[in-house]
Amino acid sequence: MSPKRLLFSGGTVIDPVAGKARRQDVLVENGMVVEIGRVGAVGAGGERVDCRGKFLSPGFIDLHCHLREPGEEHKETIETGTRAALAGGWTQVCAMGNTNPPIDSEALVRFVLTRAREAGLARVHPVGCCTKGRQGKELAELAGMKAAGAVAVSDDGSWISDGELMRRVLEYAKTFDLLVMSHCEVPELAAGSANEGLVATQLGIAGTSFVAETAAAARDILLAELTRSRIHICHVSCAATVELLRWAKGRKIPVTADTCPHYITLTEDGVRGFDTNYKVNPPLRTEQDRRAVIAGLADGTIDCLATDHAPHAQEEKEVEFDLAPPGMIGFETAFSLGYEQLVLKKVLSLVEFISRLTVVPARIIGLEPPRIALGQEANLVVIDPDAKWTFTREAILSRSRNTPFLGRTMRGRVVATLLGTQLWTPANH
Amino acid sequence: MSRLRHLLGIAELSREEILKILETAQKFREVLDRPIPVVPALRGKTIALLFFEPSTRTATSFNLAASRLSAQCVNFAVALSSVKKGETLLDTARNIEAMRVDGLVIRHAFAGAAHFLAQRLKAFVVNAGDGCHEHPTQALLDAFTLREHFGTLEGKRVLIVGDIAHSRVARSNILCFNKLGAKVAVCGPATLLPPYVEELGCEVFYRLDRILYEVDVVSMLRVQAERIGASLFPSLREYRQLYGLTRERLAKLDPKVVITHPGPVNWGVELDYDVSDLPQTLIMNQVKNGVAVRMAVLFLLAGGQEGAE
Repeated sequence: MSPKRLLFSGGTVIDPVAGKARRQDVLVENGMVVEIGRVGAVGAGGERVDCRGKFLSPGFIDLHCHLREPGEEHKETIETGTRAALAGGWTQVCAMGNTNPPIDSEALVRFVLTRAREAGLARVHPVGCCTKGRQGKELAELAGMKAAGAVAVSDDGSWISDGELMRRVLEYAKTFDLLVMSHCEVPELAAGSANEGLVATQLGIAGTSFVAETAAAARDILLAELTRSRIHICHVSCAATVELLRWAKGRKIPVTADTCPHYITLTEDGVRGFDTNYKVNPPLRTEQDRRAVIAGLADGTIDCLATDHAPHAQEEKEVEFDLAPPGMIGFETAFSLGYEQLVLKKVLSLVEFISRLTVVPARIIGLEPPRIALGQEANLVVIDPDAKWTFTREAILSRSRNTPFLGRTMRGRVVATLLGTQLWTPANH
Repeated sequence: MSRLRHLLGIAELSREEILKILETAQKFREVLDRPIPVVPALRGKTIALLFFEPSTRTATSFNLAASRLSAQCVNFAVALSSVKKGETLLDTARNIEAMRVDGLVIRHAFAGAAHFLAQRLKAFVVNAGDGCHEHPTQALLDAFTLREHFGTLEGKRVLIVGDIAHSRVARSNILCFNKLGAKVAVCGPATLLPPYVEELGCEVFYRLDRILYEVDVVSMLRVQAERIGASLFPSLREYRQLYGLTRERLAKLDPKVVITHPGPVNWGVELDYDVSDLPQTLIMNQVKNGVAVRMAVLFLLAGGQEGAE
């Protein structure tokens, strides 16, 4: 909990809606922004947060994460996950519905929202399933889930192989202006544990080629064009999908897409040494793909960055490479990795990068774009652009520790997150 | 040259390390011809064999190699069923650690299993085959056998025929022969060749008759009938016609060309039975030399005393 009055003084406030950044103080009282501009004193009982040399941004919105509750609470719970999210600057997260049971009904959407409210940390926006039981056989009750608070639907982790069913999903979702997100992967082409290429060949690991992703994305994009329904392509990992998206956007097909920090930071070389923390789905690709994905972010072909935070317990990951479940945790490193690859390498300006973490994902799921504004609930992140920090095992707030970034020293860091009266700083966790 | 810590793959070995193993194996090869083929080099050492996949040749060969060095050799009888019951590779590793063995020889169906153990154990680890990744002692014994025959592998042309994609022997052989100066070619249908195979260091041929008569060594791989179910080739009959070392092809082959096979052979598929009796067929030499090469590997990893051989 934060003190009653908090003054963020001397920082530069980023307004990603207007695309501007200005030196402003921000005074927060009881979780509300009560003054912006030049604020002299915090007053009695208040606390000052020195933000000189730092930036204030609205809290980030993650379009894709796995909180594992219900069913796999040994990996993560809504509480542990949303605490880790706040530490990474994510004040709103979209929780994928591939839990056990899968989130395929109004009641289960309400369960997730209730648990998130009880935790009282980052806000959770449930993503329901497109099909009953996430089985890819029959349409789920999309309208009921939307009414309960689902912001999108997806059978994440499983692509809907039946093209006719996917068409119906898109049409039915459109009826309620509900976004469909697609984890694009043709299953018959995706039997591998790493990218199909030289590294997999050298390691004797079965590979999954980019075709599994791009072929699936092509079908879904064409169905979106046919049905004039919106589609969001999740975690783009390869050059061919970027090209496909560029073509689709050129045709004004209503498609959006995200990628994740690991696809712009790592390549298939990571899996040499058989470290299962580098096993993700889709797999880490080649350097050429990594560059193409970054170029896709640069020109807006890829709209935003999502974490695909995917916790797995140590005993599940510490096995033979082929047996390990895919995924890595991401909340606590995503900002810094994106900042390094995109801002420090001058792909995007800081303001533009922030908009890809805030306004852009907000528009994709139909939320009010977040701003630091007078009379609004406090929802802000303090960024230290010069911080150099090392990610350590002890500091991880997620219940799981499956990350290849342990020990990595990164530039740029979220040094405070405030959502209402919930204040996170590295010192107070 | 620093002392070898593990033998995980040929990829991790330098040419000098390979030669050191082969030279050490030469000394043990002579031991094997003695009336009592045993030396006290590893007396007091314990080596565990951990085979998660069935094997006759390799397990027996390691077992004999350890015995002939006077090491104790124990078999961890691991059936895949115990894995299904929940015994993980990590638990297995911890059990072995607790029992304090000096070295461990592992065969496993998944790539990287030997690396996994090596990262977690104080004992040395020998990879006796991990999935489709590597089988380094097979490559070393093949190199030993070919050097025994030709004197050197420098400039020799070696052709590997068959299921390169699923063969750990092929990967280790391509790396090993390259490091010893040979020129390697592989041949098989595109369905049995892994992506970017040429970047492993070999020429690629789809048609056997285009390359068969140009080489010094023909190494035939075992073709597995279960690949038919995965539509990697349609039938053993068609495979034999296209890629088998048949009587007809043999008739046209220079007798100076030697024939190897890592075993077990599917007679009548990749090799016609006529091959078995030919003097240029080195299959039994490979098996015999396998013991000497594995003695050398265990000896070097266990830190046996120089001269004790």
